Amino acid sequence: MNDMRDLYEELILDHNRNPRNYPKKPTDCNCTAHGHNPLCGDEFIVNLTVEDGVIKDIGFEGAGCAISTASASLMTEAIIGMQVEKADELFSQVRHLLTDDDENGEQQHTDKDVLGKLSVLKGVKEYPMRVKCATLAWHTMHAALLGEKDSTTE
Amino acid sequence: MNSSPHMLERNFTVDPEQALDPKALRADFPALYQEVRGHPLVYLDNGATSQKPRAVIDSIRHYYERDNSNVHRGVHTLSERATLAYEGVRKKVRNFFNAASIREIVFVRGTTEAINLVAQSYGRPRFSAGDEILITEMEHHSNIVPWQLLCQQTGASLKVVPFNEAGELDLDAYHQLLGPKTRLVAVVHVSNSLGTVNPVAEMIAAAHQLEVPVLVDGAQAVAHRKVDVQALDCDFYTCSGHKLFAPTGIGVLYAKEALLADMEPYQGGGDMISRVSFEETLYNDLPYKFEAGTPNIAGVIGLGAALDYLEQLDMAAIGAHEDELLHYATTQLQALPGIRLIGTAAAKASILSFCIEGVHPHDISTILDGEGIAIRAGHHCTMPVMTHYGLSATARASFALYNNREDVDALVAGIGKVKEIFQS
Repeated sequence: MNDMRDLYEELILDHNRNPRNYPKKPTDCNCTAHGHNPLCGDEFIVNLTVEDGVIKDIGFEGAGCAISTASASLMTEAIIGMQVEKADELFSQVRHLLTDDDENGEQQHTDKDVLGKLSVLKGVKEYPMRVKCATLAWHTMHAALLGEKDSTTE
Repeated sequence: MNSSPHMLERNFTVDPEQALDPKALRADFPALYQEVRGHPLVYLDNGATSQKPRAVIDSIRHYYERDNSNVHRGVHTLSERATLAYEGVRKKVRNFFNAASIREIVFVRGTTEAINLVAQSYGRPRFSAGDEILITEMEHHSNIVPWQLLCQQTGASLKVVPFNEAGELDLDAYHQLLGPKTRLVAVVHVSNSLGTVNPVAEMIAAAHQLEVPVLVDGAQAVAHRKVDVQALDCDFYTCSGHKLFAPTGIGVLYAKEALLADMEPYQGGGDMISRVSFEETLYNDLPYKFEAGTPNIAGVIGLGAALDYLEQLDMAAIGAHEDELLHYATTQLQALPGIRLIGTAAAKASILSFCIEGVHPHDISTILDGEGIAIRAGHHCTMPVMTHYGLSATARASFALYNNREDVDALVAGIGKVKEIFQS
């Protein structure tokens, strides 16, 4: 039971119950992408307003499990007002937190100061089948910033 | 939900507890004896795959340690032993399904390959624009996509029999859709996501009135009830070994001999020929015409051991035990607030799909796994069924002969933990 609380921490349950910036599409949204995890059916649309390389506003729509919903909600809070490059760097940090590896499989260390509240996702690392839930919104955000319409974690 | 007294298709003619001792049977399945996340394993994902009895594991070990050789080729002792064992299993399969002949038993990789074989070898040369293939709304993707591919190839079209809120096929719609354009009916025997037992005998009889052949997808049925292909009078019956206590990668296509004799080969290669020249190739006799290449010999031998294991039990007793367990589990879950059962047909077998209000099935499955309980969460390769109910996924507990009431009690306690975490 206690180790389940390491995964389903109160902050995650709170963001699942009351997702921030959800459902939301900023009126001046200029970057959007659709993310889908075919394994479990989680589906999100991430909507961003980017001006001069800065994420001015962000919201998301769709539905998923507690891990994917909380991760999406926490992401919107973390990257609003952030420079696009910084948001991508944060995505890398989240990925390291969840898998210990970077995109090339090299072991990396995470920076707790940079992650802040997102450190709550660390419990997902013990559940490899759920890592894709936690990264779905991040992949979708990344695809939206690159101008890709669809993202999948399969 | 509807708790019909006809919940179980079969009447109890034997006391299931006396006819079968599931607790003693557990000892035959080594994988059941382990701890998962600090708890004894409670395995309720039998719809995805069943655990294997020691006899099956030993048979594969014995084959590789003693008899390993290619079949139908060598004249040396090992090849003779392997061939005898391999062909011996074909006889066991014929007996198990009461097929008329061993020539009607084709070994394939699994249900998926069996259906693809029928689509390509039976359907592709025969069907054309204007023809219709009739399936149902509750089919597994493996009984949808091969027909869609065939439709793209031939111009035929797919027609779909809907089901009602309980998960029962609309038979009136079936009889209306069945018509002069129908060239084949493909229907699941037991739904893997709803548990519905479909009235396939009645559906086959109606199709045969119009001389339409019927394929029955038996993947989810064969471990739970006696299947007699001659009594059903089905034209094709398909199943996978791994849901029947046998290894993965082996399955069976049953087809009436007259149909097989008239069908084109599925794949070309060794073993499926009798004579090859660059001008002409003569195909081998049935069923070898449909078994190109070196087959999954170890898989076939494991399947034979699984059928031996089931034969010394009693399929009727297994079915009665599982029906009783499903009834118990259904009653227990119905009593819990916030639970919605998906699939409440009058005739069901072995499958209990459910949702918990406010909790995604993947979170249910992860929390249950923390208690050592294995269930399936997802769309179960039946996305149209999920669409029907407006869901993206369900949680599914599925039973086998070795499960007992304690497993159900563990599930109910686990659901309590799920609610505790999500309501905090």
